[in-house]
Amino acid sequence: MQAIAFYLFSTVAVIAGTLVVFAKNPVHSVLWLILAFFSTAGLFVLMGAEFLAMLLMIIYVGAVAVLFLFVVMMLDIDFAELRGSVAQYLPLGLAIGVVLMVELTVGFAAWTGLERDAIEASAVYGTTNAHALGAVVYTKYVYAFQAAGLILLVAMIGAIVLTLRTREGVRKQDVWAQMQRDPKTAVELKDVRPGQSL
Amino acid sequence: MEIGLTHYLTVASILFIVGIFGIFLNRKNVIIILMSIELMLLAVNINFVAFSTHLNDLGGQVFTMFVLTVAAAEAAIGLAILVCFHRNRGTIAVEDVAMMKG
Repeated sequence: MQAIAFYLFSTVAVIAGTLVVFAKNPVHSVLWLILAFFSTAGLFVLMGAEFLAMLLMIIYVGAVAVLFLFVVMMLDIDFAELRGSVAQYLPLGLAIGVVLMVELTVGFAAWTGLERDAIEASAVYGTTNAHALGAVVYTKYVYAFQAAGLILLVAMIGAIVLTLRTREGVRKQDVWAQMQRDPKTAVELKDVRPGQSL
Repeated sequence: MEIGLTHYLTVASILFIVGIFGIFLNRKNVIIILMSIELMLLAVNINFVAFSTHLNDLGGQVFTMFVLTVAAAEAAIGLAILVCFHRNRGTIAVEDVAMMKG
């Protein structure tokens, strides 16, 4: 059963990843990316990291992929023009991919495993994966956790600063100026004679 | 058949290579390049979690969380730069990003 689920999820993930790269339409690419994230979340559940699987769903599918989708749809770009020379880069990309695959295979083949004590075994800290992660994150990795928060803060400020723009000639409501208006200066009395206009 | 560490590492390496391949294949489209980077980070996350499960050590999962954080920040900043660039130049082709002649 586990083997069937693994092969299902991994096949879908690899196919979806390939289609992210090869899809003609970037919107389709984003949708394939979402499928790849979903299948990888399934793989995480198979590995016993269910909290990270949920995190992957929430952060990637819920936030990052939607952000990509928004940007792809917001920018008015001729995407057909952008993918002109796929054939030009295909040999180089294939060569680098093959070289990297061989390197990784050699590395994995040479790896024999580690002899070490498992200090942070998940069974030590709690019953569920989320319990165990929480027990480690807020104690041993607390500084790294704070740094991650700082990274998110900087990214938020940076994104706002980059995309904020003040346009010229836009009429905005100025509440203070409205409150400071005086009836004496704001209202002008006109004496309208009968049969005449102003 | 038992699914072990090697299976997960194989999937992760295939996804990583697909990501690298995507960067080389779509040299002009920055959005696809950013998505390829996300794929590569996903492959790294699979590696982390696989080793974390295999070695029974939670450190890998903690660092997967940090990788997720950095990936989200990177996507936000990258797309903000993209929007900014498109507003200024009207295009996102990578060849045009040579204003500074660096």
